[in-house]
Amino acid sequence: MLTYVVRRILAVFPVMGVVVLFVFVLIRIAPGDPAAIIAGDYASPQAIETIRVALGLDQPLHVQLRVYVTNVLRGDLGRSLHSKLPVRTLIAQRLEPTVALTLSTLALAVTLAVPLGILAAWKAGTWVDRAVMVFAVAGFSIPVFWLGFLMIYGFAVTLDVLPVQGYVSYREDVGAFARHLVLPTLTLGLVYMALLTRITRASMLEVLGADYIRTAQAKGQGSRRILFGHALKNASVPIVTTIGVGLTLLISGVVITESVFALPGLGRLTVDAVLQRDYSIIQGVTLLSSAVYVLVNLVVDLCYLLLDPRIRY
Amino acid sequence: MRNVRMRWMGGLVAVVAGALLPGATPAAAQTVRGVLHAEVKHLDPHWTTANITQQHSYMIYETLFSLDSKGVPRPQMVDTYRVSPDKLTHTFTLRNGLKWHDGKPVRAADAVASIKRWAVKDAAGQKLIARTASLEVVDDKTFVLKLKEPYGLVLRALAKEYSYVPFILPERHAIQNPANAFEGEKIGSGPFVFSEKDWVPGVKTVYLRNKDYVPRSEPPDYYAGGRHAKVERVEWIVIPDPSTAVAALQKGEVDFLQSPHIDQWPILKKDPNVTMRKVDVQQMQIHPNHLVPPFDNIKARQALVHMVDQRDYLRAIAGDQENWTVCWAYLGCGQWLETDAGAEPYRQPDLAKARQLLQDAGYKGEKIVVMAPSDIATINAASLTTAALLRKIGVNVDLQVMDWGTLTSRRPIKDPPSKNPAGWHIFHTTSNGVALSDPWGHANISTRCAEAWFGWPCSPRATKALDDLGNTAPGSPEFKKLLVEYHSALMENIPYVPVGEFNSNSAWRKDRLEYTSTAPYVLFWNMTRK
Repeated sequence: MLTYVVRRILAVFPVMGVVVLFVFVLIRIAPGDPAAIIAGDYASPQAIETIRVALGLDQPLHVQLRVYVTNVLRGDLGRSLHSKLPVRTLIAQRLEPTVALTLSTLALAVTLAVPLGILAAWKAGTWVDRAVMVFAVAGFSIPVFWLGFLMIYGFAVTLDVLPVQGYVSYREDVGAFARHLVLPTLTLGLVYMALLTRITRASMLEVLGADYIRTAQAKGQGSRRILFGHALKNASVPIVTTIGVGLTLLISGVVITESVFALPGLGRLTVDAVLQRDYSIIQGVTLLSSAVYVLVNLVVDLCYLLLDPRIRY
Repeated sequence: MRNVRMRWMGGLVAVVAGALLPGATPAAAQTVRGVLHAEVKHLDPHWTTANITQQHSYMIYETLFSLDSKGVPRPQMVDTYRVSPDKLTHTFTLRNGLKWHDGKPVRAADAVASIKRWAVKDAAGQKLIARTASLEVVDDKTFVLKLKEPYGLVLRALAKEYSYVPFILPERHAIQNPANAFEGEKIGSGPFVFSEKDWVPGVKTVYLRNKDYVPRSEPPDYYAGGRHAKVERVEWIVIPDPSTAVAALQKGEVDFLQSPHIDQWPILKKDPNVTMRKVDVQQMQIHPNHLVPPFDNIKARQALVHMVDQRDYLRAIAGDQENWTVCWAYLGCGQWLETDAGAEPYRQPDLAKARQLLQDAGYKGEKIVVMAPSDIATINAASLTTAALLRKIGVNVDLQVMDWGTLTSRRPIKDPPSKNPAGWHIFHTTSNGVALSDPWGHANISTRCAEAWFGWPCSPRATKALDDLGNTAPGSPEFKKLLVEYHSALMENIPYVPVGEFNSNSAWRKDRLEYTSTAPYVLFWNMTRK
């Protein structure tokens, strides 16, 4: 087990090495010129070329790659081509809102979606099941940006009970922190809840049809014990997998919610960097995302051991 | 165990209560929060032409001269200015009380180093330096500019208000290589101080009132006159979504929107707490590549002009007629250089003539690449309109949709698309009214062949007329004659096709702000918080 964990952690490094190489090459062969964007629309071609040379973008690809890899190995992710601030600082500034939104969304979704999925499976075929499924389909179908604007119009502009936009750190004001997270969490949470509800229901339905559940029922065990003692534990492997995948998707995919509510998170940082061809930031965020992805998958794999004793590594 | 549970419950209740209770009133009643048209990413005004960087620089830096509302350069950092009778020696003396934000005095050496750095990049600066014999410091407050020949645009160049603005930086920053952004603290001598510790690119930029700033005594007029910082703190907030920005203004979370999206204008016009005002115009332009067939032939460029019905474009870009103006003046309608000399043959669209001219230019159905940036709504609308009109006159259009970043990386390519798949025939862009009123410094309209802007228009006639215009006293009969000659030369060569002007509006909370400036940039000095 320990060997497995160490092996998986060590595997992070070659994975990230490949990610570095791919991202570095892909963003440079994609069309787009940071020097032209920095120089602005009224700059002459000569001024653009001067900036390109100053940034070292006129150097051959292998020279730029060597410089970048050397810096990364020293723990230096470089500086933004635009603001000149260290990429590490920019990521650190944006990490907290994304993590806060991800965790609050995850907490909301797991707290509500898993019980709803269990309920739907237990009451399969009844109006309860159908109501839960209508909710799940609706959650999946409503566009996030539309729901976000609806929330803003309803709760912020009309009822005036929550802020329209922005983020306040919990270190400054816990109340304002919570207030600013409510609408984005509800907006993003609905989609994720829909996904998790459907997975939980499907997984529970499969387990509830198994022989050992029938045996438990024949032995006269109560519903609660059958549901939570036998069925849920065996149905939880796909649920945990979905939670894990969802966590990584939330971290890397909250950009629409962040844009609608003007949350200064990593999603917006990444999209802005792509539009501005800020190579250093794109590379830095991608490195971070891939590391998170690998580590979350490792944690999910380890959770399987706790949930299903038959699994061995 | 019960105590632990109670503590958890208590914490949860606190968070929920915090979430439901209304937020604390902002401590800063003297804070103005604005949403500008873009986020501040670059802090060196001599490094980029980005409007947002120049607006940031207006907060913290100053220029030697500033334009007033009539377009006349007025002294700003300068106290006295003298010109020798032969008009070759210009002597500048800085006014008293100018200090950098670190408390040190502003010196003539700072001004000289800044002018030299700015002139490396800026077209107007390059023209000034090309005519300069020497630029020397006399003492801490005085410097002298000696010209090789008289030049009528010295003050106008030093008062330039867009693109690369000749802001005065501390000498230690100004002597750094202008090819890269300068290193060091961002300190200026202007009415606001940049709060570097509060700066989060893409999120927020903060300025504090400069308590040591001594404004000029003249009344404010456009960029000129006294700059009185009347609020303690200015925050520029980034709200990427236009609908969210409008909701934030309506709810009072922000006080000012520099460029609300045109779709939101009806909502803002109805709001009794909001004022919306036209602050500038944008001229939409079709830029053909003059180096590749068929647009290397003047007849093909004339075909483009005959094809255009400006009203089609302007409706697609800006909707209601109250938001736009048909305008054939390259240098802007309502601007100090307005003329449409030479535009007469093009006023009425004529598709049959456009088709004939294209054939006369040797066009035989080759693919014409039109680059359309889908992330900029106005330019995209114009690109789609051009593609539709080109098809109407029998052109085989290859409409290539991309983002603006890709377009800017492709437009320097001179090769035809037949040789280089990244080559192009047509792209669109805009210029604001301020840029249009300065043809000497505005790169888009250059006709200097290989040295011109993307598209590389080449008109020795227009170039000479513009140079002559720069050496002539503005307003004189000779100036007016040369202006007509210059515009006629432009209409003859067609460096690009102007397709009319549409408004740029700003909106702010009238119950919170008193704001009277008519400048295109938002000027946070002389702005009062009610």
